[in-house]
Amino acid sequence: MTSAPENILEVDQLITSFETDQGLLRAVDHVSFSVPAGKTVGIVGESGCGKSVTAMSIVRLLPQPAGKILGGHVYFKGHDLVRATDAEIRKIRGGEIGVIFQEPMAALNPVHRIGRQVAEVFRLHQKISQKDAWAAATEMLELVRIPAPEKRMMDYPHHLSGGMRQRVVIAMALACRPSLLIADEPTTALDVTVQAQILDLMGRLQSEMGMATILITHDLGVIAETCDEVVVMYAGRVVEQASAEELFSNPLHAYTKGLLHSIPTLDTPSKSRLNTIPGMVAALADLSHGCRFCQRMGRTAAVTRERPRFSEVSPGHWVEICPECYQP
Amino acid sequence: MTPPLLICEDLRVHFPVRAGVLLRQTGAVRAVDGVSLDIAPGETLGLVGESGCGKSTLGKAIVRLLTPTSGTILFNGSDITRASQRSLRPQRRDIQMIFQDPAESLDPRMSVRAIIEEPYIIHGIGTRGQRVQWVNELLDRVGLPASSAERYSFEFSGGQRQRIGIARALALKPKLIICDEPVSALDVSVQSQILNLLVELQQDFGLSYLFIAHDLSVVKHVSDRVAVMYLGKIVELASADAIYQNPRHAYTQALLSAIPSHDPKERREKILLEGDVPSPIDPPAGSAFGHRMNHPRYAETIGMDLSLREISPQHWVAADPCCVSAGDWEKLRSAAGIA
Repeated sequence: MTSAPENILEVDQLITSFETDQGLLRAVDHVSFSVPAGKTVGIVGESGCGKSVTAMSIVRLLPQPAGKILGGHVYFKGHDLVRATDAEIRKIRGGEIGVIFQEPMAALNPVHRIGRQVAEVFRLHQKISQKDAWAAATEMLELVRIPAPEKRMMDYPHHLSGGMRQRVVIAMALACRPSLLIADEPTTALDVTVQAQILDLMGRLQSEMGMATILITHDLGVIAETCDEVVVMYAGRVVEQASAEELFSNPLHAYTKGLLHSIPTLDTPSKSRLNTIPGMVAALADLSHGCRFCQRMGRTAAVTRERPRFSEVSPGHWVEICPECYQP
Repeated sequence: MTPPLLICEDLRVHFPVRAGVLLRQTGAVRAVDGVSLDIAPGETLGLVGESGCGKSTLGKAIVRLLTPTSGTILFNGSDITRASQRSLRPQRRDIQMIFQDPAESLDPRMSVRAIIEEPYIIHGIGTRGQRVQWVNELLDRVGLPASSAERYSFEFSGGQRQRIGIARALALKPKLIICDEPVSALDVSVQSQILNLLVELQQDFGLSYLFIAHDLSVVKHVSDRVAVMYLGKIVELASADAIYQNPRHAYTQALLSAIPSHDPKERREKILLEGDVPSPIDPPAGSAFGHRMNHPRYAETIGMDLSLREISPQHWVAADPCCVSAGDWEKLRSAAGIA
């Protein structure tokens, strides 16, 4: 894959493994995708399919010492993050790449005031006085629509509601005006009404700042609502990738179809049988080399074969071509 | 019409707030504040609302894990509001509960067999041989292999654990199951498996459900009627179709509009609510939702009776000028004879 100038991030054949008692297990297996500048790319899949590990590999926040990137490249503005030194990556993380985690309470330090935590971001990444950092932090809280920001600066995280905490985390992630934001399940812990507020806020800030976003979620509704491009992951691999409109109107992989059809929508007749995907994602140690969705469906003949080719079947629509799972 | 299985009347659950050296009561968390509802045999009543609105507290009060502060709960005609733990025991067979987090509601030191068998032992039902057979039948009914009986709950995935929780709830052949967010911790593919199972079991055993959830599409799918709760009170109650097609209360409309649509071509404008649910410790004196919206008519609602009224057959909505349309308010006002 060549480095096109319009892509701000290019993940190329990324392999991430974990050292475990059962040996080296591959959680991310040759994953490639790119993020165009200013666009939102969604990564969707069930728990344990490698979404978060992919995202955390990009910013090198893998659990240590077990997690290791064993191959591939992550080009951010043409610079390979896999080979960057720790000092370089620390500068980029929180600076040019902002990160939002699922559980805002875990991302905030419970014993420090909100103000100190937001101001710290400015102190770390910019040459700025304590006083200016405090003022900049107050401004950030105002930007994410926290009422009475001067007062909230003196609060501790437990004083705030879940939605307000997530706003603080967003303020921290956006403090240095990053060109890429990685949001790992940013609204999963929140109510629908608060989710709508946060998604609206993120969308508005994104267009104001012109940043690109990687949004990781298992909620297809959130994807449909916010994303330009969608990457569907299954068992550590990308099985399908397309624009959001294309993916929702013309899903080609059996797994994508399964996911789309298992959610009840407001139009589904009530108490009717919902479509299900039988079984579950196999444990990492037991994954086959061939088509992994066939493995789940118990199609043993297809499993033993080679890994299905990931091909572009129509412009911008990529899918794993497995004789069973590719269903045009 | 068959008489309802469960009737709650003006149910209140308040938790005391204590402060100072002497821990005197300085206030109360009004978690459930005057809720009336009923559930018919074989019916599913959905209960939706944001976190902190009192959904789970209401569920726990009905199974009597909490004792209500006032009001009455009639189950199958008998008053269980203040019944002692001992006298409750026969009723407990008929009301069971399924919890949100199956990992935390199953004892990790008990085998699956011991977990599912425990209700029989507590109630002294069956011989050892019968119980073994019943547990096997239950496992089969919820779609788990018989070999799971000798394993431990942590060996299972989230969806399978939820099946174990369902098997335990079914053991005593209950009439009513309180499902407290039974699928919100699960992936969509597993969520649909569990929803299918719950619907099947209802048809097979004629169960009634109180289905508590914050996911409105899920609630719509399983429920016959839906109650919308806000800050300890029910603000709208109607058939599932009526709630979703013709919501009358402003809060219901806002909740529905917040559901992400599953079509990228159809990104709708949303009604965005400002802020969060206010604290139930010191709730607004008038219309709680009117207060959140800063409604111009809020002042009128202080001291007003905002209880549910029937706006159209079987469609109940809070008589609150801040939260219903002008036309609906005229209707409600003339019907109730309010000046």
